[in-house]
Amino acid sequence: MARSVTTRHKTIATVAAWIVALLIFFPILYTIITSFKSEQEAIQGFSIIPSGTFESYTEVQAQSGYFKFFFNSVLLSVGSTILALLVAIPAAWSMAFSPTKRTKDILMWMLSTKMMPAVAVLFPIYLIFRDTGLLDSRIGLMIMLMLINLPIVVWMLYTYFREIPGEILEAARMDGASLWNEIVYVLTPMAVPGIASTMLLNIILAWNEAFWTIRLTTTEAAPLTAFISSFSSPQGLFWAKLSAASTLAIAPILIMGWFSQKQLVRGLTFGAVK
Amino acid sequence: MATQQTRSLARFMMAPSVVLLFVWMIVPLVITIWFSFQQYNPLNPIRDGFVGFSNYALFYSNPAFLQSILNTLTLVVSVLLITVIGGILLALLIDQPMWGQGIVRILVISPFFVMPPVAALVWKNMIMHPQYGVFADIARFFGAQPIDWFGQHPMLAIIIIVAWQWLPFATLILLTALQSLDGEQKEAAEMDGAGFISRFIYLTLPHMSRAITVVILIQTIFLLSVYAEILVTTNGGPGYASTNLPFLVYQKALLEFKIGQASAGGVIAVILANIVAFFAMRAVGKNLDK
Repeated sequence: MARSVTTRHKTIATVAAWIVALLIFFPILYTIITSFKSEQEAIQGFSIIPSGTFESYTEVQAQSGYFKFFFNSVLLSVGSTILALLVAIPAAWSMAFSPTKRTKDILMWMLSTKMMPAVAVLFPIYLIFRDTGLLDSRIGLMIMLMLINLPIVVWMLYTYFREIPGEILEAARMDGASLWNEIVYVLTPMAVPGIASTMLLNIILAWNEAFWTIRLTTTEAAPLTAFISSFSSPQGLFWAKLSAASTLAIAPILIMGWFSQKQLVRGLTFGAVK
Repeated sequence: MATQQTRSLARFMMAPSVVLLFVWMIVPLVITIWFSFQQYNPLNPIRDGFVGFSNYALFYSNPAFLQSILNTLTLVVSVLLITVIGGILLALLIDQPMWGQGIVRILVISPFFVMPPVAALVWKNMIMHPQYGVFADIARFFGAQPIDWFGQHPMLAIIIIVAWQWLPFATLILLTALQSLDGEQKEAAEMDGAGFISRFIYLTLPHMSRAITVVILIQTIFLLSVYAEILVTTNGGPGYASTNLPFLVYQKALLEFKIGQASAGGVIAVILANIVAFFAMRAVGKNLDK
């Protein structure tokens, strides 16, 4: 039996929700709008209709070589995610399919490493990076991001793998499937969706990480987080350029994020809320 | 039953993760603790050496230290209050039947995906700028004097920015929990004549309690280490008015090169985080068993 919803109730809810949603979204929307203004327009007071110029975009690239930073962001977020998956998949796999008494303790301990404030180890890491020549190197930062997100990746994969019913494996074994066949035909198809969601969430987290990426880079390996932070001490007119750079920096992740809302909830709550 | 062979295989598969995380956690932490008992200044190495607890004493006697702890806690508590209460209200609103619910969800969740430096710069320049910001435009429209947010109310400004980033997270998680509430229970309560308020207090809120706990704990972890938002807006100022503990440690270490003091601050940050973590782990651990 469906609850009857009056049109009036629905209209009020719709209007209220849309107003709140647009208010929350407004800073992003206004950034996108401003990115299509000229610098003069951008500081002339509030207006939501831009002249539609692309000059800020071309200037950001011309002045600062924007795409190098963009490329670094892509490389670092995707690279660190693949590294993390390579390390985490076997671990999550064995914890999900042959758990021992200590599996839960190990998982909790992994989570606890996530609680260590980054700033507490800033200087040691800085020293280690400097002495090994990893400062401002893509590979160094990639390892760093991998380590930061590894606990979340293991946890998320674990919650997904745990849902694959063990009976299926037994059934396959009864039917005489070899270990290889088991992995290729039975397990992989069931594990792929979980791995894909984990990958998506991890790319988002790595893309937006804004402590190590700022502190451990200068020019070569600097991703968008570091690039955008350099705008904090502006020279001259820069509202429209800042908006263009910001729009480019958040657009890919925003779109990925919209598609991964459900996985996001699960990943960020360590499977506690689904 | 796991055989000896599969068990050693399992250990072998777990080894890389465990070893990597162990090294990553222990090595830098030990170095930090070691430095916290040393006088160490790369610019002035003459006086370097073991100094006992004096770094802690120095850090403690620094007026910026208490201010930074206070700022850290103010930031965490204020943002938690705003996002949890706001998140509950918003989740209840979005859960109502409406047109375009999917788009509303997308709009509301979006700020969460904005990287911290972008969020901070957009708010600093486009919204809160005393001359060109939207708030200033609104103030002038009503004939009021625009507020210099980062000069006069730096903590409030940072709280607003950080709350904007985390409200979507709270809303999304609470909404997910809300939507898993059994519709029949709601109907039964309604038929029994329970009003909106009593339904909320006796049915919805208990159902959401686990999600609320999780939101509080996870946000606390991240809020304790807010950094980029301060770096690009106020840079900790004016004075130390918006310096939190992570930011103070960063200043001591990489700007003043007082490594010993910075390390002492780092150790204090670890202790603070551990107190929070203790409760966090217990709650998440409980959820694991379900």
